[in-house]
Amino acid sequence: MSTTVAEQEGKSLKIVSENLDEVVIRFAGDSGDGMQITGNQFSNTSALFGNDLSTLPDFPAEIRAPQGTLPGVSAFQVRIADYDIHTPGDAPDVLVAMNPAALKKELEDLKPNGVIIANTDEFNARNLARAGYAQNPLEDGSLAKYRVFKVDLGTMTRRTLEGSGLDNKSQERCKNFFALGMVYWLFSRPLEPTVNWLNRNFAKKPQLADANIKVMKAGWNFCDITGLFQVRYEVHPAEMEPGVYRNIHGNSALAMGLIAASRRSGLPLFLGAYPITPASDVLHELAGYKNFGVVTFQAEDEIAAMCGVIGAAFGGALAVTTTSGPGIALKSEAMNLAIMVELPMVICDIQRGGPSTGLPTKTEQSDLLQVMFGRNGDSPLPVVAAASPKDCFDAALEACRIALKHMVPVVLLSDGYIANGSEPWKLPEVANLPDLRREFRSDPEGFHPYLRDPETLARPWAIPGTPGLEHRIGGLEKEDITGNVSYDAHNHEHMVRLRADKVERIAQDIPELVVHGDPQGSVLVLGWGSTAGAITGAVNHARRQGLSVSRAHLRHLNPFPRNLGDVLARFDRVLVPEMNLGQLALLLRARYLKDIITFSKVEGRPFTRQQIFERICQILESQNVN
Amino acid sequence: MSTEAPTLTKKDFQTDQEVRWCPGCGDYAILSAVQQVFPELGIPREQFVVVSGIGCSSRFPYYMNTFGFHSIHGRAPAVATGLKIARPDLEVWIATGDGDAMSIGGNHLIHVLRRNVGVKILMFNNRIYGLTKGQYSPTSELGKKTKSTPTGSVDYPFNPLALAIGAGATFIARSVDIYQQHLKETLRRAARHKGTAFIEIYQNCNIFNDKAFAYMTEKEHRDDGTLYLEHGKPMVFGKSHDKGIRMKGTEMEVIELGSGLSADDCLIWDETLDNPATAFLVSQLLPPRFPTPIGVIRSVDAEPYESLVSHQIEAEIERKGAGKLDELIRSGDIWTVHENHTVTN
Repeated sequence: MSTTVAEQEGKSLKIVSENLDEVVIRFAGDSGDGMQITGNQFSNTSALFGNDLSTLPDFPAEIRAPQGTLPGVSAFQVRIADYDIHTPGDAPDVLVAMNPAALKKELEDLKPNGVIIANTDEFNARNLARAGYAQNPLEDGSLAKYRVFKVDLGTMTRRTLEGSGLDNKSQERCKNFFALGMVYWLFSRPLEPTVNWLNRNFAKKPQLADANIKVMKAGWNFCDITGLFQVRYEVHPAEMEPGVYRNIHGNSALAMGLIAASRRSGLPLFLGAYPITPASDVLHELAGYKNFGVVTFQAEDEIAAMCGVIGAAFGGALAVTTTSGPGIALKSEAMNLAIMVELPMVICDIQRGGPSTGLPTKTEQSDLLQVMFGRNGDSPLPVVAAASPKDCFDAALEACRIALKHMVPVVLLSDGYIANGSEPWKLPEVANLPDLRREFRSDPEGFHPYLRDPETLARPWAIPGTPGLEHRIGGLEKEDITGNVSYDAHNHEHMVRLRADKVERIAQDIPELVVHGDPQGSVLVLGWGSTAGAITGAVNHARRQGLSVSRAHLRHLNPFPRNLGDVLARFDRVLVPEMNLGQLALLLRARYLKDIITFSKVEGRPFTRQQIFERICQILESQNVN
Repeated sequence: MSTEAPTLTKKDFQTDQEVRWCPGCGDYAILSAVQQVFPELGIPREQFVVVSGIGCSSRFPYYMNTFGFHSIHGRAPAVATGLKIARPDLEVWIATGDGDAMSIGGNHLIHVLRRNVGVKILMFNNRIYGLTKGQYSPTSELGKKTKSTPTGSVDYPFNPLALAIGAGATFIARSVDIYQQHLKETLRRAARHKGTAFIEIYQNCNIFNDKAFAYMTEKEHRDDGTLYLEHGKPMVFGKSHDKGIRMKGTEMEVIELGSGLSADDCLIWDETLDNPATAFLVSQLLPPRFPTPIGVIRSVDAEPYESLVSHQIEAEIERKGAGKLDELIRSGDIWTVHENHTVTN
């Protein structure tokens, strides 16, 4: 601990500077308060500063829910650290509450002795009533176990902007930057990255850029002058692997991964999509990359998006659709057509809380069984899942690789947590990305539309416009090799088995499952998708405490890695944390006859490290008792 | 040495697949007309793709020796749209029926029409569900008794031409399976159109809805029951051209020619009007008060969807330069972690 002396306006303030290895901050306010922007700015600045970080946005489905109410609270949690972290943190150290509803909704997670920065301007009788407070919590002593800092953010923002010429409403909308300036001061962050961002973002409205910059600096200076906090914290850069980095959201990484697949395959990218939360950002992002030859087709519905993708795949494009669970339900008939016609394409399901419309803006992993089985007939298709925001890039490439090589529609699972969350990404070298080139059939000699590659069982990709390859495909059962319509009993069974075998053979083309920790032992924590971070954090924590626990993570959910059965057999207990009621566990039990301990969480938010750690401890204790 | 493409014939467009429509089905006549017109178009066979949905009409691709896609019920326009955007060089034709296009696929039909995707839609209208064995369709007349409506249908039917006009289609026509010359000429006109061409083809289902169009196709009714629309010509019909159509206020009426009235008094048919109001009035000419209009009821120019899509991409490449993956990945704020773990921006 070191001390510095700040001299301002003739008074001497003793400000203590303290080093932290990590800190978790949650910004919470009304959905119109700009909390997502504020959180993203803090994250980007910290990323540029060299911290490792992980973010968790949490916002309502309504664009502007009734002001001041609990359902209208929008929050953004960011964890920054000087070491390698895997989750956005369990409990916040700092809560910025822009109104009473934000305080009420988010307080339960705050650590004891945590910091609350409350915007007193909004703690009036009306807002307190809307949030369900009988008395003002800032004054009734109910927050005694926290360190509360009461700041009239709105008033000070307006004062800062007096004479700026901005109308009241525009002035009011700058107050999140006052809060951001304060938090920047508290955690010793530079202002430049946000100043630059504001100047870039409001290049056409410099008045707004100037106002926000002025307000942010005012927030910073307010802390510096008043000595409000008396302590400021430093979180040093993390010791990250050397390389070039950027901060990336999952949906951005997914969009870039698809463009990378387009470049590495030499095929134009065709995205057919219908807007749906939380997948729409992939459509938005790709629509901005037309100079990469990307076609984005916003279809009239989910079904048309899927069918358009099938048409584009027939024509020889790298065809992709993006959706969420309800969209998959609508697409399933067309997905089955894609299985029957054996064309390559990728169906990205950014999962959200279900069933039905469910929780559109909250996360869940409950579409696994839907994408595995939600179609008529025996109709398997490969399923790949992304594990973190940056991993969406690699997962997209892998899904495209399998689709193109094996001539099959592939499902890529992501979810709202990693789609909207962000983390630093060490940028890959383009030359090192996989080569996805694949030839179209051109030789009419010996051509049959369902003649197969002996190794992969992939059929030829014979695109229209190729002389001599005229042929017909469709949803009716195919005769083996010729592809003609066939109702023959034996042929049907043969074809059903062929299509299943084709998918099963992909197991020979994917890596074996890697176990981290002891290769065998008492407990294996097995995860898939976005639980990777919390599982890694929990298992690492447990192992540091000498507990016998290992972990492994499934990238491929269909087919499973060929050694999965062996891995499961080597452990006494297998714990599968899932944001559903045990969907992967069901598949594992059925396939390997191994008992699986399911750890479910369906709250619309991800597991915390602590929750998984505690479950591991329980299992180990019960084993010892036995 | 000549570089011309080999001359194609009807035979080149026939497949080795056994045609499995019922004997006497109107689909045979439509297939024959299409197989005669395609070789005339001067387009290599491999450039054609026939896309269909589900239903009797949707078996069409199997009988055309081109690329073909027999997709799922109602979705042919969506499959064809994706294909045409990805491959604007292809000639994409859709074979569909009144159930496939107007019922389960109604949404895709109106959207392909409004987008003006460069595909040709042949909608076989037999006013019945054939492949599911005889239920009423969205174009069946009110009161129709079928297997699923033993006491008569209480559904008001769609008027396909009016629907296409409402959806903003740029080329709309009607023909009849057995009017072979007219049908072929209509197909040629559709082939030349840039953008979506929608042809309603009256097609007789002799099993489940026989003689549905007898009111106009039977010999004794044909002349008085059919109004041949010809661009720039007066709207005259009847065996000895003795009847005509003229405007009366905001409606159309039938007039008898000869007694002081001549073809000059009839409306001159103009299929190119930007305002679709007149085409809509024509779509409302229904028996028994009026003859049934066939021919092109609307043909206007508008840039096809796929061409707008391609032009946007070309313009963005022109404006920003062809995208570079490495630059894309490195866009935004980046920082470098050095071997000694120092960080620079």
